[in-house]
Amino acid sequence: MADFETPTLKPWPEIPPIEIGVMAHSKPYVAKPELQEKIGFPGELIDNWQQVAIDKMGELVDNSRALRVFLDSCVKCGACTDKCHYYLGTSDPNNMPVARQDLFRSVYRRYYTLAGKYFPGLVGARDLDQDVLDEWYSYFHQCSQCRRCSVYCPYGIDTAEISMAAREIMDTVGVGQKYCNEIIGKAQTIGNNLGLPQPALADTLEGLEEDIEEDTGVTVRLPLDQHGADILLVTPSADFFAEPHVDGLIGYAKVFHQAGLSWTISSYASEAANFGMFIGSYDNMQILAQRIREAALELGVKRIVFGECGHAWRVAYNFLNTLAGPFDFLDPNYPMPQHICEVTYDLLQRNALRMDKSANDDMVLTFHDSCNVARASRMGDFEGGQLVIPRAVIQASCNHFYDMPAHAIGEATFCCGGGGGLLTDDLVELRVKGSLPRMEALKQVVDDHGVTHMAAICAICKSQFSKILPYYGMQMDQIVSVHQLVSNAIQLGGEH
Amino acid sequence: MSMLTITFTLLFYVATAVFIIGLALRIRLYAKTPTPLRIPTTPAPITAAGVWRRMFFEVTLFNSLFKSNRWIWIFGWIFHAALLLVLLRHLRYFTDPVWSWVTLLQPLGAYAAFAMIAGLAGLWARRLLVDRVRYISSPSDHLMLALLIAIGLSGLGMKYVAPTDIVAVKAFFLGLMYFDWQPFPPDTILILHLLLVVALMLIFPFSKLLHAPGVFFSPTRNQIDNPREKRHLPTRPAAVKQAS
Repeated sequence: MADFETPTLKPWPEIPPIEIGVMAHSKPYVAKPELQEKIGFPGELIDNWQQVAIDKMGELVDNSRALRVFLDSCVKCGACTDKCHYYLGTSDPNNMPVARQDLFRSVYRRYYTLAGKYFPGLVGARDLDQDVLDEWYSYFHQCSQCRRCSVYCPYGIDTAEISMAAREIMDTVGVGQKYCNEIIGKAQTIGNNLGLPQPALADTLEGLEEDIEEDTGVTVRLPLDQHGADILLVTPSADFFAEPHVDGLIGYAKVFHQAGLSWTISSYASEAANFGMFIGSYDNMQILAQRIREAALELGVKRIVFGECGHAWRVAYNFLNTLAGPFDFLDPNYPMPQHICEVTYDLLQRNALRMDKSANDDMVLTFHDSCNVARASRMGDFEGGQLVIPRAVIQASCNHFYDMPAHAIGEATFCCGGGGGLLTDDLVELRVKGSLPRMEALKQVVDDHGVTHMAAICAICKSQFSKILPYYGMQMDQIVSVHQLVSNAIQLGGEH
Repeated sequence: MSMLTITFTLLFYVATAVFIIGLALRIRLYAKTPTPLRIPTTPAPITAAGVWRRMFFEVTLFNSLFKSNRWIWIFGWIFHAALLLVLLRHLRYFTDPVWSWVTLLQPLGAYAAFAMIAGLAGLWARRLLVDRVRYISSPSDHLMLALLIAIGLSGLGMKYVAPTDIVAVKAFFLGLMYFDWQPFPPDTILILHLLLVVALMLIFPFSKLLHAPGVFFSPTRNQIDNPREKRHLPTRPAAVKQAS
């Protein structure tokens, strides 16, 4: 394994004393020039990078009320200092949300405020130099943009917005992160993050149809590029091959089948994830969003449904209409877009699905609220539906369900530790340590209620937990998809 | 007119102008800066009335801070509530006759000064004693607390230790308001108190005190959660330019 120690799980959450600089070494691989140029950024650090970065900062602040208000408003009250999972897991004070913001704010103050121009020492303003850039690269890649800090800030300051801006500035001067930028390039040319071309996708879906038929004796289709289908399903590409994701995809297929809905996947827009958000690039985010619009138009669908993916749902729910709308060519009787959990929930409400909960009796379940679903989007037509609906779907599918402690679920949920474009092996130490608060909360329900499995509705969460659970002495298959539970419990065939 | 009177007359006009114009320009800038995307922190209200409710409780009861940290909430809320009472109590220097509700507030306002200082002291203690908060504090963060406490203490000093001629003070401020300038009472604590207040007014539009107008413009708090029902138009000039 790696050259770091996995934190020990404590019976109750503890706020560690600060240890300055202990995570300063954590840096993801830098993107190669060809990756950078492919998505519209300079290949490597440009000569006059300081001036370009400072100008870019001004441009971003001029164009974002959030950034402008957040940079002005922080009073350093300390409310957020113990809220970030990366601080709780690493003790590095630069992982306290306010300190992370200050890496950015100190530069902003130096160049864009009266106090910082004339009294830099007094207000903690700093020149933008190579050391600051290195610090940015390290610590703005230790933020998973989960927004937990923004829940607790008296002014709603969202460190995610500042992380995104910092990454955008770094990309603009030629310093990009390999993992995110490589993926964005693939999604923009091939159509998905994994780089699966149409034939591979067709092959995979066919294989899944055979598996389902073998398992259940029922023919359930997973159509690809089917013109005239009613529903376009856009799902994270991890759903096409990895465990437990693929079991979720089988679940969606069974729900559509049983409800008699006609649907299709598009090979052109075969990716729900939108890593453009992680790097704060409006332009890259828009290019990816446009592919979904184009696919919907080309296939002539009436509805768009998203599969289980956290940040994808944020981009879909909150941004898609803005980035690629208006979607007035779709059926106005359905929300645009819809989450697969909403579809299943509606069908369950109408008693349109028969569920055998005992099919999941080999598991005692809990639910991990994904940050981008819980704090950055909604499901259903009521406030907080994103917390209620997935649980309702799970509880309709199993007999044994227990929630984790209140400080670790709902709007207070802890990130899995791998969100925000950090789900890469070069950041594994950060990912293991950052998952500590979630692991402690999980441990509690394991001990108290004999929980055996944790369900999630996000591809990043699922991949992260598969990797991280063994570090904490648990099994990688203890993380399951919500629609995997649906898949197990749903009764196929019968009347319709 | 004495030098002292001329100095304070000018100081208060300048400070008031900087405070009002500086703040107005900043608020205008907040209002004019575009919001490219919908980013409310959810669960968020799905109606405008709901957002009004959310903002009301955020601003009056510091809801988010209450969820976050009980100590900061207690000290912070006591300080702000007490400051409000103290400010209202000071209205008696600016209206003649004194409004009746301001008269009623007078005894309460006197206690509020102690509460205000206690709240500030609590916040400062956290800044000095909690390692995390100490780490994020700049000199200006300490100075701001020192300034506010010094204003409070000098005010209390005039009430309880060395009473100043408040009739003359009132005449001076009414004179400022009606451009009928009156002599400034030469009293050391009063000079100190008002110099600090002038400093606070001058600093306000250029410092973290901008959190006061800022909270009303925070998109994570004041946006309605309805992006599917109502398309949020891209108001980002760069994006609009590209699209056209």
